[in-house]
Amino acid sequence: MVNIFVELSKYVILTLMVIYTFYCFFLIRARSRKARAHSLVRQLLLIVLLDTDAFLVLLLKQREPKVLVIYAGMMVFFMAIQILYRWLYRKASFLLLNNMCMLLSIGFIMQTRLSSDDALRQLLIAAASSGACLLIPVVIQKLKFFRNLTWLYALLGIGLLAMVYLLALDTNGAKLSLFGLQPSEFVKIIFVFFMASLLYRNASFPRVVLAALVAGVHILLLVMSVDLGSALIYFVTFLILVYISSRKKRYLLIGIAGGSGFSVAAYRMFAHVRVRVTAFLDPMTVYENEGYQVVQSLFAIGTGGWFGMGLYQGAPYLIPFVSSDCIFSAVCEELGVIFGVCLILVCMNFFLMIGNISLEIRNPFYKLVAIGLGIEYVIQVFLNIGGVIKFIPLTGVTLPLVSYGGSSILSTIVMIGIIQGLYIMREDEDEEMERLRR
Amino acid sequence: MKRWKDYEDKLEMERQKRQALFLKNEKREKKRQNREYAWVSFFLVLAFLSLAGYLCYYTFALRESFISSPYNTRQDIFQDRVVRGSILSSDGEVLARTYLEGWDNTEKRMYPYGRLFSHVVGYAAEGKGGLEAEANFQLLTSHEFFIDQMKNEFKGEKNLGDTCVTSLSVTLQQAAYDALGDHRGAVIAIEPSTGRILAEVSKPDFDPNDLIDNWEELVGDEDNSSLLNRAVNGSYPPGSTFKIVTALAYYRRMGTLDGYSYTCDGSITREGASIHCYDWNAHGAEDIYGAFAYSCNAAFADIGLFLGGAALKACAEELLFNKKLPLDGCRQSSFSLDGGSDTQAVMQTAIGQGETLVSPLHMALITCAIANNGVLMKPTLIDRVVNADGEIIRETLPRESRRLLTADEAGAMRALMEDVTEYGTASSLSYRGYTCAGKTGSAEYDAYGNSHSWFVGYLDQEEPSLVVAVLVEDGGSGSDSAVPVAAQVFDAYVWG
Repeated sequence: MVNIFVELSKYVILTLMVIYTFYCFFLIRARSRKARAHSLVRQLLLIVLLDTDAFLVLLLKQREPKVLVIYAGMMVFFMAIQILYRWLYRKASFLLLNNMCMLLSIGFIMQTRLSSDDALRQLLIAAASSGACLLIPVVIQKLKFFRNLTWLYALLGIGLLAMVYLLALDTNGAKLSLFGLQPSEFVKIIFVFFMASLLYRNASFPRVVLAALVAGVHILLLVMSVDLGSALIYFVTFLILVYISSRKKRYLLIGIAGGSGFSVAAYRMFAHVRVRVTAFLDPMTVYENEGYQVVQSLFAIGTGGWFGMGLYQGAPYLIPFVSSDCIFSAVCEELGVIFGVCLILVCMNFFLMIGNISLEIRNPFYKLVAIGLGIEYVIQVFLNIGGVIKFIPLTGVTLPLVSYGGSSILSTIVMIGIIQGLYIMREDEDEEMERLRR
Repeated sequence: MKRWKDYEDKLEMERQKRQALFLKNEKREKKRQNREYAWVSFFLVLAFLSLAGYLCYYTFALRESFISSPYNTRQDIFQDRVVRGSILSSDGEVLARTYLEGWDNTEKRMYPYGRLFSHVVGYAAEGKGGLEAEANFQLLTSHEFFIDQMKNEFKGEKNLGDTCVTSLSVTLQQAAYDALGDHRGAVIAIEPSTGRILAEVSKPDFDPNDLIDNWEELVGDEDNSSLLNRAVNGSYPPGSTFKIVTALAYYRRMGTLDGYSYTCDGSITREGASIHCYDWNAHGAEDIYGAFAYSCNAAFADIGLFLGGAALKACAEELLFNKKLPLDGCRQSSFSLDGGSDTQAVMQTAIGQGETLVSPLHMALITCAIANNGVLMKPTLIDRVVNADGEIIRETLPRESRRLLTADEAGAMRALMEDVTEYGTASSLSYRGYTCAGKTGSAEYDAYGNSHSWFVGYLDQEEPSLVVAVLVEDGGSGSDSAVPVAAQVFDAYVWG
C-alpha cells in the first residue's frame, strides 16, 4: 500500500509543480489586481499541497518524528515570512517571495530525503537568515550612502578573499571556507555594489580600467584558491556590467577574447581544469576517477526519466556531493525530468523578476545593482545545472536555495532582501513621478 | 465669461499636450536607457531555455544508451521490485533464467547449458560478467502491461523483468566448444552482413551455476585465468594472419597485387637481421598470391621492408589497431611500429610477430569487413528485448560501424584468401561441399619456437555468410589445430 501511495504521489507532486510553474508565467502577464492576488494565493496553496504530499511520503518511508518536525517548522517559517512581508512591505514582489518558498521547499524535501539532520540545519539557517534579512528593504530605502562606498566595497571584497586564500584549509583541492562560512558567496554581493557605485554615473575609459584592475584582483584570488566556478561568475558579471554602463560593445568583445585566452591558459596550467574538461568530453573513459561524479549524475537523471522514480525509489546517494553540487540530479531522478524542467523555469521566473526591477527602477545605481545580482544568479544556476546534465563541464557551484549549504542560502536570501527593497523603492519613485506630472 | 472659459480650455489643452510630451519623452528616454538591459536579460533567459532544451534532448535521445552502461549499478536497487529476466539463444533456448526455490521463494539464477556459454552469457553474482553485466539494465527493467504491474504492486509481488534474445546459436556454439576440445583458446563466429555474433567460446571455462562456491579459487587461479574471455579480451601476437594487413598496405601503395615476385630460399637476411619461413621451407619463385597462400615469411618481410614502418602503421590503424573497437568492454589491440623503427622490427611486424598484440574478436572484425565488401557492421549480441508476454520492446537493427576498406581492396583481399583454402595452408578446407577462404597463422610466443595456432576466414566465396576466428593456444601451426576447428564450425553451420 505504501508503494501505491508513493507511486501516486509522484504524479500528484509533478502535477502541482506544473500548475505552479504555469501561474508563475501567468502572473508576469496578468494586469488586473484581483487576478494577481488570486493567483498568488493559489500558488501558496500549491506549495502547501506539494510539501504536504512529499513529507507524507517521507514520513511513511522514514518513520522518524524528525520529518514531522521539519515539516511543521517549514510551514511555520513560510507562514511567518508571508505574513510579515504582507504586513511590513505591501509593495514587495510576492511572486518573488512565492518562488523563494517553492525553491526552498524543493530543497527541504530533497535534503530530508537524503539526510534529515542536514535538512533541519538548513531549515534553521534559512529561517534565521530570512528573519535577519527582513530589515534589508527598510535599510535600502532609508540609507542613501550605499552608492558612495566604492572603495570600502573593494577593500572588503579583496580583504575577505585574500583571507580565504591565506587562511582557509584545502577541501577537495580547493580553498573555500573560513570558520564554516564561504566568504566568496558574500563578496559576490559586495562586488556588485562596488561595480555599480564605480560606474553608475560615469563609465569612461579610466573608470573601466579601474574596475578591471579591482575585478582582476578578485578573480586572481579566486583562481589561486582554486574556486574556478566563482571566478567565472565574477568575470561574467564584471564584463556585462561594464557593457551595460558604458554601452560600448567593444568592451564585450575585448572581454570575451580575454576570457577565452585565459581559459586556454587555465587549461594548460591547471591539471584540475584538464581533468574537468576530459570528464566533460568523454566521461565514460575516465569513469573510475574524474568522470565518476558526472556519470553518476547522468545515470540518476536517465534512470529517473520523464516522470522520475518517485521519492525514496531511486539512489541519489550514489552521486558524490549530491546534496550540494548535484541536488538537481537527485530532483530529476526521484521527481522526474519534467519536474526538473519546471524547476529551471521557476529559476528563470525568479530571474525575470530581478530583470524586471532593473528595467523599471529609475535610480541608476540600483539599476546596476539589480541587473548585477540577476546576472550572478543566472550564471550560478547555469553552471550548476549545466554541469550536472553535462551541457558544460562541471564546476562545483551550488544551486541557490535548493542545494545544501549555509553560506549559499544566507547570501541568496540577502540578495532577495535587496531586490525586495528595490521593488518597494520603485513604488515610491512612481508616486514621486505622479506628483511631478501634476 | 465665455472668453474666460475659452482661456481655461486653452490652458487645459496646453497642459495635456505638455504632459503627453513629457510622458513620450520619458518613455523614449527610458527605452533608450534600457536597451542594453533588455539585451542582457534576453540572453540570460536564453541560457535558461538552452538548459531546459538540453535536458529534454538528453532524456529523449541520449538517456537509453547512457544508462544501459554496465557501470550503472542503479538497477540493482530494482532487484527488490523486479525478477531478473531471462537470456535466450536466437532460436529461443534458455541460456539463463531466474527461478524461485524453497518455501521462502528465494531467487536462484540457473544456466541450463552450464559451461557452454560461461563467458559470453556471464554471471549475475560476484560483480557480474558477460551479457549478465552488459544487459543488466534491460534484465532488471519490467515492461509488463501497466495494469499487471499495478496488480503486482497491490499483491506485493515482483514484476517480471524483460527477456534478452541473443544472436547466439546453440548449434554453432556447441560445435565450436567441442572442436576446441581440451585446448585453451577462443572461437568467435560473426555474420558479416549484420554483425550478429553467433558463437563466442573461450577456454578454459567455468560453470556459472556454482560460481559463488568456486569464486575464490577462480579469481586466485592466475595460471588458467578461467574468468578471462579470451575471445574478446585475450591478447595474442597475430602471427601470419597479420599478412592480410601487410598485403592490404601493399595493395594501397601499388594499386594492384600483380607484378610482385620473389624467390624464397627458406629465409631472408637484411642488414644483419634475418627471418626464416615455417620449418625453414624454401618456397622458390612466387608471386604475392603464392606467398600469401603458402604463408611465406621471407616474401612478406621483403614486402614489409619495401613499404616501411610508417605505411604499415597507417594501414594497421585504419584497420582499428590502437583504436577503440566497436564493441563495449573489449580489449584494444596494440601496434607499435612507425617510420623510425629498425629493419628487424619492420620485418618481424610485417609477418605478425614483433610487438603487435590482437584479440580474436579484432581479427574476426577485419575479416568481416573484407567479407562484407569493406564495410564493418557493428558487432552485436542482443537481437531484441521482449517483455514477459513476448512483445518486442526493442530490436537491434544492423548498423554500419564504418568502412575499413574500399570494395576493390576487399575484392583483392578475398582473392588472396580464397587461394589459401584452394591450394595453400588451409587446403584441408576444400572439397567439403562448400567454399570458403581464410588465412592461417602460427604466432610464436616464446624463444623456443612454440606457437599459438590461428585461423581467420569466411564461408561461401560468392557471398560470405559466416566469419570465424579461431585461436588455439600452443597449437602449433595454423593448419595443425585452428583449421580443423574452423572446419567443424563451418560444417555445423552448413549441415546443422
